[in-house]
Amino acid sequence: MFNEELLTALPGIQSTSSFEDGGEWLTVYTTDWLHLAKKLRKHPDLLFDYLFCLTCVDWKTHLTMVYHLSSTVHRHNIVVKSKLDRDNPEIESVSHIWKTAEFHEREVFELFGVNFLHHPDLRNLILPEDWERYPLRKDYEDPVNMIKL
Amino acid sequence: MLEEIRTTEQDDLVINVGPQHPSTHGVLHLVITLNGETIKKVEPHLGYVHRSIEKMCESLTYRQFILTTSRMDYLSAHINNHCCVLCVEKGLQLDVPPRAQVIRILMDELTRIASHVLWWGAFAMDLGAITPFFHAFREREVINDIMEETCGTRLTMNYMMPGGVMYDLHPNFQKRVHEFIKLFKSKLPEYHELVTNNVIFQERTKGVGMLSYEDAISYGCSGPAARGSGVSSDIRKLYPYEIYNQLQFEECLEYGCDSFARYQVRMNEMMQSLSIVEQLIDNIPEGDIQAKTKAVIKLPKGEFYSRVESARGEFGVYIVSEGGTTPYRIKFRSPGFSNLSALDQMARGQKIGDLVAMMGSLDLVIPDIDR
Repeated sequence: MFNEELLTALPGIQSTSSFEDGGEWLTVYTTDWLHLAKKLRKHPDLLFDYLFCLTCVDWKTHLTMVYHLSSTVHRHNIVVKSKLDRDNPEIESVSHIWKTAEFHEREVFELFGVNFLHHPDLRNLILPEDWERYPLRKDYEDPVNMIKL
Repeated sequence: MLEEIRTTEQDDLVINVGPQHPSTHGVLHLVITLNGETIKKVEPHLGYVHRSIEKMCESLTYRQFILTTSRMDYLSAHINNHCCVLCVEKGLQLDVPPRAQVIRILMDELTRIASHVLWWGAFAMDLGAITPFFHAFREREVINDIMEETCGTRLTMNYMMPGGVMYDLHPNFQKRVHEFIKLFKSKLPEYHELVTNNVIFQERTKGVGMLSYEDAISYGCSGPAARGSGVSSDIRKLYPYEIYNQLQFEECLEYGCDSFARYQVRMNEMMQSLSIVEQLIDNIPEGDIQAKTKAVIKLPKGEFYSRVESARGEFGVYIVSEGGTTPYRIKFRSPGFSNLSALDQMARGQKIGDLVAMMGSLDLVIPDIDR
């Protein structure tokens, strides 16, 4: 039910996004993400103002950005996913829409190598500045600091 | 570092607080840009205790990975473990016996009191009062002893497991919790007398570290940091888990938006947690403490997210499963990470001397932020 409400509230998005089973998942093309994010934040029936989790998953063939959003007004949740190219991952930053995204995107940038376009300050946050390669990718091997058990 | 200095104006002073600094409660490194005594920018540098727990968990089984979360937010280990087992149970669609549910909530709330008590002592110490620290540790010790009897450890409990809890309660548990309730009720007025009603303390926290309602939401704040700005964010009320929806307690909201409001939220929360413990301690149902699970847990293919209210805010676990015995990807949403991102907003335009009060009121636990 919620999906249908959402679809009618987001004209122009249906053609490029698809709902998956389970109800609360929404997949969107990378190019539409910024447009959708603004809609999700501003539309009076949606008002997703609380970004509580932002992360990335490495699927070996591609990366997937995962955004967990909720609304403090309507108390509903949604998860938006976007598929990224693994060799050249790029997506628009949403740090000007949800300010917490600035930190979360920096974390994803250093651990997965995702380039967030128009991010105000994209630098390493947790890792040292000269760290090479991306630790949370599946093909990452570190012979010195072994973490595989 | 050099670049940072260049980008600031000529009269600005850039100073480093930490990574080794008594008021950061761990190894947090803040680069502060000052104009005279006024803060222009606060930039946290993280990662001094980064252990890549998320990567480690990818090669640990669903029983093992829970143990790593005790090492993240070491002051509310039970609650972190709780979130992990909830996520695994969600994947397995497992029903937990009522006795285990009640035990879990009792442990969670005792942990919350212990965590808030320690924060209270540390916060007062940040502001220059040494005595409250000893008061706080005296009461926390009692909870640690209770935990030690039942769980075997005092800090990293690892007591929860998918399907229930590891062992049954110690025979002394109820008696000792009753003793603690009595003790704590007699001590809490002392806390207010010592710190809350202290004029110096109030002067140093009121109007310091303002975080507006909108900013608290936008920065993803949760827990007392958000509730001090009037944002209703108690997961126990909004998305009840276990039997929280059958319990009588209130969400503590304050509307001051300053450090003092966040202080009051935590002080009130201790009373609420104590009331939850009181409601349950004499009503622990009889029965099993574990549901039947296989020795090796395999989660079905899919993605699972669970959230709980930890002592610092919303703690979340996001598991991506490929159907194997280990998670494909795991993400811990730690409350401190988001709360810390709001520090810059709070501190801008304020005096450097107040920075410690702001940091203290956020209740940062660094291993929880770095993971």
